[in-house]
Amino acid sequence: MTWTYLVLILLALVLWAVYISWRAGRLDRMHNRVEAARTSLDLALERRSSVAYELASSGLLDPATSLLLADAVRRAKEASPGERDLAESDLTRALHAAFGQPGFRKELEDKGGAELVAEVDAAARQVFIARKFYNDVAARTMIDRRRPLARVFRLAGNAPQPRFFEMDDTTPAGDETG
Amino acid sequence: MRIGIVCPYSWAVPGGVQQHIRDLAEALIELGHNVSVIAPADDDQPLPHYVVPAGKAVPVPYNGSVARLVFGPLSANRVRRWVRDGAFDVLHVHEPAVPSLSLLACWVAAGPIVATVHTAMPRSRVLLAAQPVLRSALEKIDGRIAVSEAARTTLVEHLGGDAVLIPNGVATRRYRSADPYPGWPGPGGAIGFLGRMEEPRKGLAVLLKAFDTLAAERESLRLLVAGPGDADEQRSRLREPLRERAFFLGEVSEEEKVRVLHSVDVFCSPNTGGESFGIVTAEAMAAGVPIVASDIDAFRQVLRDGRAGELFAVGDPADLARVTARLLDDPARRAELSVAALAAVADYDWAVVAEAVVSVYETVVRGRATVGVAQ
Repeated sequence: MTWTYLVLILLALVLWAVYISWRAGRLDRMHNRVEAARTSLDLALERRSSVAYELASSGLLDPATSLLLADAVRRAKEASPGERDLAESDLTRALHAAFGQPGFRKELEDKGGAELVAEVDAAARQVFIARKFYNDVAARTMIDRRRPLARVFRLAGNAPQPRFFEMDDTTPAGDETG
Repeated sequence: MRIGIVCPYSWAVPGGVQQHIRDLAEALIELGHNVSVIAPADDDQPLPHYVVPAGKAVPVPYNGSVARLVFGPLSANRVRRWVRDGAFDVLHVHEPAVPSLSLLACWVAAGPIVATVHTAMPRSRVLLAAQPVLRSALEKIDGRIAVSEAARTTLVEHLGGDAVLIPNGVATRRYRSADPYPGWPGPGGAIGFLGRMEEPRKGLAVLLKAFDTLAAERESLRLLVAGPGDADEQRSRLREPLRERAFFLGEVSEEEKVRVLHSVDVFCSPNTGGESFGIVTAEAMAAGVPIVASDIDAFRQVLRDGRAGELFAVGDPADLARVTARLLDDPARRAELSVAALAAVADYDWAVVAEAVVSVYETVVRGRATVGVAQ
């Protein structure tokens, strides 16, 4: 009788350990995904910056709009990590202000800038999508980290706590994609 | 002369550049010139007859804060039309490095262009100015005016070339008369101060100490202070019995400022430094109020070495009290100083400044065609 009990308890312990290590592995994979999502968000933001800068220096815009966009791009590029969200939101607003000018798109397209306009639109949409994905995986990771088992056994190890990336990422036309 | 002036900031919003343009335009009109100002403004907003609206300014992040600016193809078209219809002899743009109307005007126009730089340009903006599209717009400027030495220095150091220094004028007429506050200055005498209360270099602390001395022997002498800052904190620096004789108005409008100047017997400029011209002192002179000012370079110059206002040792409350007491007791000397101040400040009037600006125009237009639209 006692032997059977002992074997059963041992088996349960082994199963439990396997489960915990599986949970730890899963959390680790989640953190990797957060990192990957962050990289792709950074790439999307960088791409948006370079397309906006390309537009600013294309010579197709009036110099005032040019200067506004170039200023916003420079600020976004030079922003410290803590101010990145604000600076990127400012770039969004500068793009809004430029594209929101009456006749802006039409004049640009007439001058042969249709391709650039399409690139800016695409880059802005990618920022929107990349940020959505990043915040989604960050949220799920945060929930998993907060579970009792994860906390008691410190399953997250030294992986940094993911943070949401909050910014205004509406696309230049003024309407939200997705 | 037909002069087209471009204002980069909303006409309806109070600001130094807008005020400068208003005063300059009116002084030029008075000199007999034909002036048109284009400025960001709503089409249905009441404007002076010489102002043409260029459409509403749009709030946009720029240079680390949100600015209200005008840009885009539609605005460029409006400026182009204004330039074409105006047939100006000279185009005068203000703050051409700000992404707004002035920059657009440089871009669409060809011909004699004068630019006035008001603020010292931050380095970042200078770097941006290296952009080809901006450079080609800014290169069209034939003559530059700087309103301060700081603005001139940045211009010279970062963009090369030089600028003529023409400081802001004083709209002396605006200060000439106003109704004093009821009961002011009063039989016991009153001393006035204008300026930021906490700013140590404005010297309010020196004046408060001097008032302490003066009020001890003058039972109904009062103090009138206007300017942004914490009034309670300043009042607490005075001895208890004197606190109800010091009046703190806080930040006041331009109109109220003139009333303050006309509500006191003596105006005090106790600055301990940091003034390059002393605009507040000049405004007090234009109001004809007798002035006691600290003996710093800027004040000594504007007060004609003490002939148009009394000077006291910088930062010395005892000397300030002594000089002020003498003035309070001598109405004849006060009347004399008032006349001298009015005469001296005439040199800084906008009429004089406008003439200096006109000579810049004349230099630039000599032998050139009128302003047209760039091809």
